Amino acid sequence: MSIESNTLPSAYLSIENAYAGYAAESVVNGVTLNIQQGELICLLGPSGCGKSSLLRCIAGFHALSSGRILLGEKRLDDGNTQLPPEQRNIGMVFQDIALFPHLNVTENIQFGLFEWPRKEANERSEQLLTMIGLQGLGRRYPHELSGGQQQRVALARALAPKPDLLLLDEPFSGLDAALRDELIPEIADLLKQEQITTLMVSHDQAEAFAFADRVAVMNQGKLEQISQPDAIYYEPKSRFVAEFIGEGAFIKAQYIDRHHVSSLLGQSRSTTELSEIPCNKELFIRPDDVEIVEHSEVVAQVESKRFRGGQSLLSVTLEDGQPLAVTCHAVKAPGVGETIYLALKQHRFLVTDDPSKIEPKNEAR
Amino acid sequence: MSQSLFSGSEVFSHLLNTVLADYVLNSLILMAGVGIGTIIMGVPAAWLAAMCDFPGRRWLDWGMLLPLAMPAYVIAYTYTGMLDFAGPVQTVLRELTGWGYGDYWFWDIRSHSGAIAMLVLVLYPYVYLMARATFLEQSSVSFEASRNLGYSPFRAFLKVAIPMARPAIIAGVSLALMETLADYGTVQYFGIPTFSTGIFRTFYGFGDANGAAQLASLLLLFVATLIFVERYSRRKLSYNIRAGSRAMTSRIHLKGRRAWLAALACFIPFFFGFLLPAGQLLSWSLFDAQMPWSDFLSLSWNSFYLAGLAALIAIILATLLAYTQRFNPSKLIKQASQFAALGYALPGTVIAIGVLAPLVFVDQTLLAFSERFGLGLSGLIFSGTLFALLIAYTVRFLAVALGSVQSGLEQISPSLDEAAKGMGRSPYQVLRQIHAPLMKSSLLTALLVVFVDVLKELPATLMLRPFDFNTLAVRAFELASDERLVEAAPPSLMIVAVGLVPVLLLNRAISRHKH
Repeated sequence: MSIESNTLPSAYLSIENAYAGYAAESVVNGVTLNIQQGELICLLGPSGCGKSSLLRCIAGFHALSSGRILLGEKRLDDGNTQLPPEQRNIGMVFQDIALFPHLNVTENIQFGLFEWPRKEANERSEQLLTMIGLQGLGRRYPHELSGGQQQRVALARALAPKPDLLLLDEPFSGLDAALRDELIPEIADLLKQEQITTLMVSHDQAEAFAFADRVAVMNQGKLEQISQPDAIYYEPKSRFVAEFIGEGAFIKAQYIDRHHVSSLLGQSRSTTELSEIPCNKELFIRPDDVEIVEHSEVVAQVESKRFRGGQSLLSVTLEDGQPLAVTCHAVKAPGVGETIYLALKQHRFLVTDDPSKIEPKNEAR
Repeated sequence: MSQSLFSGSEVFSHLLNTVLADYVLNSLILMAGVGIGTIIMGVPAAWLAAMCDFPGRRWLDWGMLLPLAMPAYVIAYTYTGMLDFAGPVQTVLRELTGWGYGDYWFWDIRSHSGAIAMLVLVLYPYVYLMARATFLEQSSVSFEASRNLGYSPFRAFLKVAIPMARPAIIAGVSLALMETLADYGTVQYFGIPTFSTGIFRTFYGFGDANGAAQLASLLLLFVATLIFVERYSRRKLSYNIRAGSRAMTSRIHLKGRRAWLAALACFIPFFFGFLLPAGQLLSWSLFDAQMPWSDFLSLSWNSFYLAGLAALIAIILATLLAYTQRFNPSKLIKQASQFAALGYALPGTVIAIGVLAPLVFVDQTLLAFSERFGLGLSGLIFSGTLFALLIAYTVRFLAVALGSVQSGLEQISPSLDEAAKGMGRSPYQVLRQIHAPLMKSSLLTALLVVFVDVLKELPATLMLRPFDFNTLAVRAFELASDERLVEAAPPSLMIVAVGLVPVLLLNRAISRHKH
């Protein structure tokens, strides 16, 4: 994954083999990540995967134990010396927003402009207020604003000193779902328009997909995959990414050659090159990789179904009892207990070694 | 207050012409001094304890609350005993230098500055507690946000931490000033005429209840202002700490000279506010005092059963009020309990006058009846008995009990009641099986805090106690006023020792809250 991003020209933010941790515990374990100017990147991962710690290292609130972080020509952290946060010129929007409660909106936005001439600072804050659509609310105090408005002010405050990089730490997690859906594309558009290089941290894949140009999936302090959102979904490169993103099931498969396996669903091509040993593999199938057909060799029985508005999600079992999830048009959905026939819609899948053959405790029922 | 402010009382108009200006001026001087002093002593120590790490921090963090157990009048006469002409400090000074009487200048503790110093030493924990809590809560997020926007750590402290803590500091200072206005023992002992000594003197010296009541009403104006400031600040504070707070990620580690200076800044309030005076009291009690055991025991018994009785009454009333409010959440009842809570801000002298005036009237009416119908009643039935004292204590300390009971009750979600009822429990069973175990510790805390407050309370007890009825506080103060400082030590030490218990509980609650 690092290879593909390293070949791109002139990374703007580059994190090289970064390690960081607290006391005895290492939480960032050798992350290499390169971001181009103007890109919106989302670090996605379960809680405790090290994504927030990495963000705090970039902001300067936590030191790397080894590795390097460069921003343009500036060396932020080389594992020995750290540039203090106030000298990094990085904007940050915090998870709990952290507007200063004793300052009004304009004062909050101008907080980082203490070295600017008064007139220019006023112009800048007016310009930002307009940009975030809160003209005329400059004299309000944070507690007089709605959650979405506070979020926008926090963004404006971070952008006011014209930072070289913007960091967003789970900025939407405190908002309700409807507001989030409204705010995310709005903010993403705004950042694109202003060409602000942005790194966001999130544990919510829908948020990440709606926001980012590229998504970097993190697990246990390591980058698992960095790709565009659709590639993360359809071409997961590891078992973790496959399971963490969306839904799907692993089906037992047998090794044929370096690129192919066979399973109950027929012969499939692997997205990665396979090794012969072990020859027991698993094939990762998403519900929308399969369709119901009139007749095929793949027979399955419907165990249960869930209506999802427009689509139904069926839990089916294959001939040998392996479970699989299938989506189909809600109106045409078969009933529970019916026998159906399945076919694959595409032929390239993630294939991994069968973990039950490696760890006996996972033996199938 | 039944008496109005300007109805004709000759003594009052006399007061107005002579000493009233002094009362006002002295009270204002004390308030100004105590305000500034508690800020200087409380705020930097709070910041150091909340944000930094230095040798002995945990230990001092705990020690700095102990002066809360010291009544101001106790610390006042303890220091007087140590610092006056015959005291150990001046004696050593004379021995070292060979000076004699009148050869040198020495700080006169019986002065405005002395009274301010004494009050600051025992009242700074209010400011310290409020400021420390805010620093702890605001610290990491706001601090990081300002670093991120280009502020150095020191600049962030000045521009963010202090302004954000301002409402907390003001609320803490208001509490300290309320206590200053309520203080009777210290100023009386130092001979500084203030409102509370004035009320006392007018009442006893001139025997003029109306005049005393009028003075009390005037004092209430001051108190009301403080209450307003305190509530206003707390409301502002609730906005300031609204945002979710994360624990401090890392403290600033002080090293070398700075670490020692920080430790010293925290040690000084603890040393002068608690360690030194408590040590002196202990040494007097152990080696010098001549109080017979029987006297000491009877004083303790009087104090304890009075305090216990008052605490029980307060807890019962508070529980009734809190439950009425829970089951019957009308605006009227909410206002009633808020009104009841105001009592804590009222100086003991004011409450004493307020309790006495109607009771005397009732007694006189009863006696008149008794004479007319030959019922054979005599003496002061209500005003001259423990009844009056218990009413006064209840008025003054109900707020403390109410606060504790209410916060305990808030922990019990109404859905818990509903769940229990849903499983077929009767309301009585809900109370016994759900509420009783959950409320136990808050009720005990309330009981204990009222108990200790009553034990320490001086002016109301002095004014309302039945003839020849002495408590630890009253006796200690009388002995000290007669310059028998050493004899006053054992009862004082008892008050301080018992007073330590709730302070230690408070400490435990705070450290548990932090984890």
